[in-house]
Amino acid sequence: MLFELNSASLIEWSRWQFAMTAIYHYMFVPLTLGLSFLLAVMETMWVRTGKEEWLHATKFWMKLFGINFAIGIATGLILEFQFGSNWSNYSWFVGDIFGAPLAIEGLFAFFLEATFFAVMFFGWNKVSRRFHLTATWLVFVGANISALWILVANAWMQNPVGMEFNPLTARNEMDDFWAVLFSPTAMNKFFHTVTSAYTLSACFVIGVSSWFILKKRHLEFARKSILLASVFGFLSILLTIFTGDTSARDVTRTQPMKLAAMEGLNRGQEGAALTIIGFPVKDAALPSGRMRSVEYGIAVPKVLSFLGYHDFNAFIPGIEDIVNGYTSHDGKVYPSIPQRMANGRLAIEALKTYKTALEKNNGLLAQEALETLRENYPDFGYGYLSSPDEAIPPVVPVFYSFRIMVGLGLLFVLLFVVSWWYAKKRKFHKFRIIPYLAIACVPLAYVASQCGWIVAEVGRQPWVVQDLMPTNVAITRIASGWVITTFWMFALLFTLLLIAELSIMFSQIRKGVKE
Amino acid sequence: MELDILQHYWWILICILGGALVFLLFVQGGQSLLYTLGKSKEERDLIVNVIGNKWEYTFTTLVVFGGAFFASFPLFYATSFGGAYVVWMLILFCFVLQAVSYEYRNKKNNFLRTRTYEIFLMINGFAAPFLLGAAVATFFTGSPFRLGEMHEVEWMTPWRGLDALFVFTNYFLAFAVLFLSRTLAALYFILMVDHREIQMRSRRQVWYNAIPFVVFFLLFLGFILAGKGYAINPDGSIELVPYKYFYNLLEMPVNTILLVIGVVAVLYGILRTLMSPQWQKGIWFSGSGTVLTVISLLVIAGFNHTAFYPSSTDLDSSLTIYNASSSLYTLKAMAWVSLIVPFVIAYIWYVWRSMTKKAVNPEALQQEDHTY
Ligand code: HDD
Ligand code: HEM
Ligand code: HEM
Repeated sequence: MLFELNSASLIEWSRWQFAMTAIYHYMFVPLTLGLSFLLAVMETMWVRTGKEEWLHATKFWMKLFGINFAIGIATGLILEFQFGSNWSNYSWFVGDIFGAPLAIEGLFAFFLEATFFAVMFFGWNKVSRRFHLTATWLVFVGANISALWILVANAWMQNPVGMEFNPLTARNEMDDFWAVLFSPTAMNKFFHTVTSAYTLSACFVIGVSSWFILKKRHLEFARKSILLASVFGFLSILLTIFTGDTSARDVTRTQPMKLAAMEGLNRGQEGAALTIIGFPVKDAALPSGRMRSVEYGIAVPKVLSFLGYHDFNAFIPGIEDIVNGYTSHDGKVYPSIPQRMANGRLAIEALKTYKTALEKNNGLLAQEALETLRENYPDFGYGYLSSPDEAIPPVVPVFYSFRIMVGLGLLFVLLFVVSWWYAKKRKFHKFRIIPYLAIACVPLAYVASQCGWIVAEVGRQPWVVQDLMPTNVAITRIASGWVITTFWMFALLFTLLLIAELSIMFSQIRKGVKE
Repeated sequence: MELDILQHYWWILICILGGALVFLLFVQGGQSLLYTLGKSKEERDLIVNVIGNKWEYTFTTLVVFGGAFFASFPLFYATSFGGAYVVWMLILFCFVLQAVSYEYRNKKNNFLRTRTYEIFLMINGFAAPFLLGAAVATFFTGSPFRLGEMHEVEWMTPWRGLDALFVFTNYFLAFAVLFLSRTLAALYFILMVDHREIQMRSRRQVWYNAIPFVVFFLLFLGFILAGKGYAINPDGSIELVPYKYFYNLLEMPVNTILLVIGVVAVLYGILRTLMSPQWQKGIWFSGSGTVLTVISLLVIAGFNHTAFYPSSTDLDSSLTIYNASSSLYTLKAMAWVSLIVPFVIAYIWYVWRSMTKKAVNPEALQQEDHTY
């Protein structure tokens, strides 16, 4: 209903609106991040060697870049303002920390990008070659710096560091900028995300070039592009896998519940096995309806422990352990979720007491309340949960997404090796399965990227800010009808634009390269 | 003390961004004139391409405006975007329309057809300046909200920002910004389009748009100065004070001088363009005058113990640069970051100059490698 406060549906719709916009945004961002690098390399080749073919190649890929770029910007704008519009409580609670990276991103990265973007597209006849080349490189740099800052912001939500809660203003305040920037979570996130974006871009270039090979057009151009992209892609995917591993290790420490959900691990083990595939299904025997047991799983013993701690016998907690409390491999004691909920309530109560005590000039009481608050603050968010069950994220999407991502990552290693070999040896008439495989990998790369975000974002539910703020208190109170309306408004518009984008992209590819 | 200085410093930065944004709305103004000035496909191509390599600046400035507000005055970000939800969503919606339209407009198989993208540009051209003007007017006229215990915003009407359209003073600024953006666009075309008919039509448009702009702007200024303003008492409470904004003019003379210079520059650019048919530099004067004028207006809204985002229903919930700002630490960190602003401006300036050397004509456009 339009003008009724309905908070369950409000939460759902606010989440869907954010998720929908983020998913659309991330359909366009990775290509921007990676293709800009390849453009810069190709243009450098042209400036160095003076060979016209590099110039034509640069211009061809640049056209595709531009088509993709426009819609990435359109979706990003909505995301930025949604923090204020749909997550306004969140924006105050953590804005003191979260706003900074967002602002730096805009101030620095986007201006860099926007400014040199114009030179890159319109400057061919207006500025010198060197200046143009610099501009192309700066577009790459700008795009990647913007990824850095937004990912710092996102990483902070997964692992809040460098701040302290200020009871007077009822918000978290930054006290260490460098800790926020260089938190291991942020670094892992940044490197994993950008290298995966490079991987995706390499898949894109190889896929499009393979189509030309199948059509027997522009064979030399296609060959050169594949050679360049497969080397780039190969290096990128190795780094992606490496940083994916470090990300998983980081998750093991900072978000054990997410890791347990990724693995569908219910009961913790020393020497925990890594499930390669399996089917998480409902199981009435489990203590919570949110848990799943993995059926028909194929597992490699001890590997999960090794991945998490580089120790085959390390203890990895399962969902039940986390709910009931446990001691981690590195010796930290985690209280049970009901205990943490009680702590959280104490903290919330203490905050209220503190405020009234101040108003009544009761210094002693205020001091006491402040101490209780500080002591229990790490569990603040748990105070808003109404049952321990709520601390468990949806296992099924996280479990599958993780496997799809990793599986595809391994497939891409193969792709880059065979397509390099294929192009190097000019096997254009034999092994036609290879270009087909390459084309299929283009959408798969997008699937892998989206799955990565599902792991990261769905896996951290119910938290917007890990342990401190659950999703349902982060939202703006507004009639859900408005959110539903804007959801459909944007969903419809983005879908139309996506269709337009694809249609333009395909016809641009069909047009081919100037020779 | 230090906090106080930084709060003022950041408000000035916000004012500068606001000034730049309003000036850059000439891109929107140009879009709204697309069919008025461009009678054939060829002419419209010319117009779109002349403003086409500038639209990103407007867009990015909007993004930075939002980001800077978030970092320096997060409570504004939470209160206004969360509270006046619908208006902001409409503004964003029409910017999404813009972002793709330049690139897709003339492309083959663009699914929605050239005409649709041109309509998108027109929608953005009219709606963005108008709505932004109305939203900024609420900095003076207030909005119906209240802040809760955890500073969560509670909007007092179901209209979520559309209520700005129920206050007639807001219309003055909305229309003033709209007509200003069209005037600036016409001035920009006079300088940058090398095409006789479009030049002539642009000169005529300066007449048609500058006059309503001046009227609406003066009306807005008059109402604001003659009306009540939201003053901050020494104990932090907020009070409605008659002639508050007028007193601000008197009490901040440097700012008032800026305002006068700004207004004179805008008018000089317009009047001289209208008087001398050979003169093309109007945009330089009116453009920089716009920046100065907006800066000084926003200074009046936030400085000298004035609440910059007042609540009309619950005075004490009003946002001030003191209660809405980030912590000292963050403001300081961000102040360091802001030292790169001059470099950003320098490279933008450099690129702008090297990309905008000559006026564009249809033949030149033919030679281009990439067009919109
Ligand atoms: C082409 C895309 C792609 C590929 C092939 C991979 N990833 Fe990935 N992954 C991403 C694209 C991605 C991403 C979209 O960039 C994510 C989402 C959030 C993030 O930080 O990066 C991500 C997240 C992400 C996370 C969650 C991090 C968190 O919750 O903070 C983990 C643990 C991994 N990845 C691990 C891996 C491993 C072990 C891979 C081995 C092959 C792998 N990823 C391949
Ligand atoms: C662009 C890549 C991203 C994608 C595809 C993505 C995806 C998602 C998805 C699917 C959800 C919904 C989870 C759920 O409701 O169960 C979500 C939630 C959320 N994400 Fe992301 N995310 C992305 C990046 C980010 C970044 C960079 C940030 C912050 C800087 C962020 C902040 C949030 C927030 C605040 C939520 C909470 C809302 C909610 O629970 O639905 N996301 N995201
Ligand atoms: C929820 C979080 C996010 C927000 C609020 C956000 C915000 C924005 C905004 C406002 C823009 C348009 C900037 C312009 O005017 O040029 C943009 C574009 C961009 N964003 Fe995001 N973004 C988010 C997530 C991400 C992620 C996760 C990445 C990368 C890993 C990313 C990378 C980029 C890049 C490279 C662009 C350049 C434009 C393009 O690709 O078309 N963003 N983003």
